Order: sequence, then C-alpha cells, then structure tokens
Amino acid sequence: MELSDRDLALVSAIGDGLPLVERPYLAIGEAVGMSEIEVIARIQAMKEAGIIRRFGIIVRHHELGFRANAMSVWDIPDDKVSEIGRRLGDSPEVTLCYRRPRRLPDWPYNLFCMVHGRDRPGVEQAIKDLIQRHGLDGHGHAVLFSTRRFKQTGARYGRRKAAE
Amino acid sequence: MDDIDRRIINTFQGGFPIAERPFAAAARTLGLDEAELIARVKALSEAGTISRFGPMWHAEKMGGGLTLTAMKVPEDRFDEVAAIVNSFPEVAHNYAREHALNMWFVVATERPERIREVLDEIEARTGLAVHDMPKIEEFFVGLRFEA
Repeated sequence: MELSDRDLALVSAIGDGLPLVERPYLAIGEAVGMSEIEVIARIQAMKEAGIIRRFGIIVRHHELGFRANAMSVWDIPDDKVSEIGRRLGDSPEVTLCYRRPRRLPDWPYNLFCMVHGRDRPGVEQAIKDLIQRHGLDGHGHAVLFSTRRFKQTGARYGRRKAAE
Repeated sequence: MDDIDRRIINTFQGGFPIAERPFAAAARTLGLDEAELIARVKALSEAGTISRFGPMWHAEKMGGGLTLTAMKVPEDRFDEVAAIVNSFPEVAHNYAREHALNMWFVVATERPERIREVLDEIEARTGLAVHDMPKIEEFFVGLRFEA
C-alpha cells in the first residue's frame, strides 16, 4: 500500500491518539478535511495492509506497574538463531524478540528479547525459566536491566508531509 | 484503578472498533455505556496509565526507518549526553541500562536514509560512537501488558 499525501495527513492526525469523544473519526476528519466515512475506510485499509500493526490502547507499562524491564540478549550461532528466536518469541514471558547484528568487540550478542515484569526478581526468574526451557545454558548471555527511562514518546509519522 | 479499568486496558490493547461510534460499540462488549467508557479512558489517560488510544505503526511498511542503538557514555557525562540524544525528535525512547554500553535508544525516522544522518549528528555532538543495531529478523512484537 502506497500512502498518499492525504493518508500522511491522517497518519499525523491520529499519531497522538484519538480524541476521546463520541465520534472520534468525525473529529479527526474535520481536522484533516475528510469525511468520517473516508477516515474510517483509510484507517481500516492501513490496518489491513499491516501499516498499522495494532489499533487500540497503548499503555505506559511503567505506570501500569511493570516497573522492571530487562533486555535479555544471547550470542547464538547464526545457523541456529532463527529457530531459537522463534521459540523465544512464542514464550509468554517475552514481550519483544529480534535478531540484530553483533558489534564486536563491544557487543557479541545477536538475539534480543525484552522481558517486562512487576519487579526485578520476577524478571530474573522469568529469564532463568527461559534459559532452562529452551536449553540456552551454553550460550553467551547478558541481562541489561534498565535503570532510568529518559524518554518514551513512541515513533511519530506524517509530520514531514503534513508540514509541507 | 478498579476491575473495570483493568478490563478496559486488557480488552482494548488488542484492538478497538473502527466505526462511527467506536466507544459505544466497545462499551457494549464490556457491559458499560458509551459515556462511562469515555470518562474512564479519559481518567486513565490523565493518570498517565494510558499513553494514547490509537495506532501502533509498522515502521518499515510506513516507508520509514527504525533502529536500536547503543552508546558507551562516561558516567560523569551521562545527563549531558542524554539531553543531546533526547533533543532529537527522531529518538522515540531512551533507557539507561546496566552494561558497558549503558545508553540504549530507538531512532524512528520518516525516511530510512535519515537514520544515518541522526546517528552521525549524535556522534558529532557528543564525540562518542553510536552502535547501530537494526533488526535483521523479527520474531515477536506483541508488547501487551496485563493490567
């Protein structure tokens, strides 16, 4: 799906979330010069095309009580990383899971999983369970707890076009 | 936050109606009325529990760039470097983590080529190396939280 300039204006308008009113798509349409029906159709099309992964409530996980988050990383041989990544990604403890490049010598790890929990011991236990269940004991591993969050705005799109 | 708030959060992280009266349709699935659902979502937003009610974008399908980067920042320069990094609107979030690479941030741009420009500018302004670690393969991006 190719996004038109009209789509980008809509992308920008909904980026901060829907207005909390009875007919939010009508309100958005008024802001960008579209009918309510067009707004609904275009958002649905973007969702079906996968441009919108999910449309709903985005929480602040820290405020929701998920005070501990760890980036749990492994050094997995390249010919095994996809299979292990898929298995870890299917695990309920894991909230995000990606393969990324190593940056030697500072960074030897190529598999990244985020694990969120209410407290640090809970997250540590969840990671131990993952290691045991998936037989990851022999692989290089590090756990990077976050100690401070400086910024959490989410990605913003559509502003460039909207501003032109 | 009570049980109804928790049900609102758990139910609508997965999706929300895209229809003329979405709050009315959503409220029915929880046995609430439209006005009550709107009022509760407003209260959760004001309390900071909900960041927004809207889209989670797929950066690449948007035609944009997205990467995770890490820096090794001397402890006595941490706040100064964080201020420089966070001043870029393309930096979506930024966390201090326990490792020699102690600052980790996500850069999201509307054009893929802008990623390199942002990282170069951060390197120039801080005098520190930025390790670029874009995803090679994606296994899971659920990122849902049970209230």
